[in-house]
Amino acid sequence: MIRVNDLFEVPWKEGLTVQGVLDFLGWDYALITITVNEFYVPPDEYSAHLVPDRADVRAIHIAHGG
Amino acid sequence: MADDQFIRNVPGMTEVLGRRCVAVAGCGGLGSNAAVALVRAGIGRLILVDCDRVESSNLNRQAFDQMDVGKPKVEALARHLKAIHPGVKLVTHCRRLAPGDVEPLLCDADLLVEAFDNAHDKHWLVHEWVRCFPGRPVVSGNGVAGMGRTEELKVVRAGNIWFCGDLHSSLELGLCSARVALVAAMQANVAIELLMNQKETP
Repeated sequence: MIRVNDLFEVPWKEGLTVQGVLDFLGWDYALITITVNEFYVPPDEYSAHLVPDRADVRAIHIAHGG
Repeated sequence: MADDQFIRNVPGMTEVLGRRCVAVAGCGGLGSNAAVALVRAGIGRLILVDCDRVESSNLNRQAFDQMDVGKPKVEALARHLKAIHPGVKLVTHCRRLAPGDVEPLLCDADLLVEAFDNAHDKHWLVHEWVRCFPGRPVVSGNGVAGMGRTEELKVVRAGNIWFCGDLHSSLELGLCSARVALVAAMQANVAIELLMNQKETP
């Protein structure tokens, strides 16, 4: 099991990627910043970056400033 | 500067912040107010980046006045900051920051205050900063629109990235001076805490 933003739990399976986490949650935000266990994951690596079991994932949607 | 300008600072703060450099990307509602807070705290050096000129419609929330209208924001802000603390060192770039500018223009900064207004620009700037300077924190303003709803404002950390704001509001709500200034102050407050705990950049 992995936790996302301390709010959501996603079942872990072998080969789970960042994109797999987003797909499970149904999140398709274009502007999102993601870290896995404190390390930033660039957008072009979402489909390849593996998420280990019990990982702490932060996925922050970017909103406008002022 | 007056010898007693920082006498009411938290003990030890003035000496540390005086050696620190912060980049402020975007000198609008978030950036101008955060820069004022950082200079009042005694930050030693700021790198200010913005391509816009001050417009009358900025005055409802940005740290400018009627005399600044028509002037480049970085120049007007630099004048205000020098009036607060003449000893602060300022580097100004009146230009639209592009991804390729991040490393050469912001390399001296210990920390970035990301204060763009457009979400798309915020996204690439955070990405470029982390790519270029993975060990240095970025404090990003994220969701400031509307009024009230103070209890929705928060600080969320993701690795070396700190997000301040409500994380969701849309610009269509309009912008309120107090709410924008609150988020800017949160950014400055987080930045000060991080700088106080940061090792010197080699």
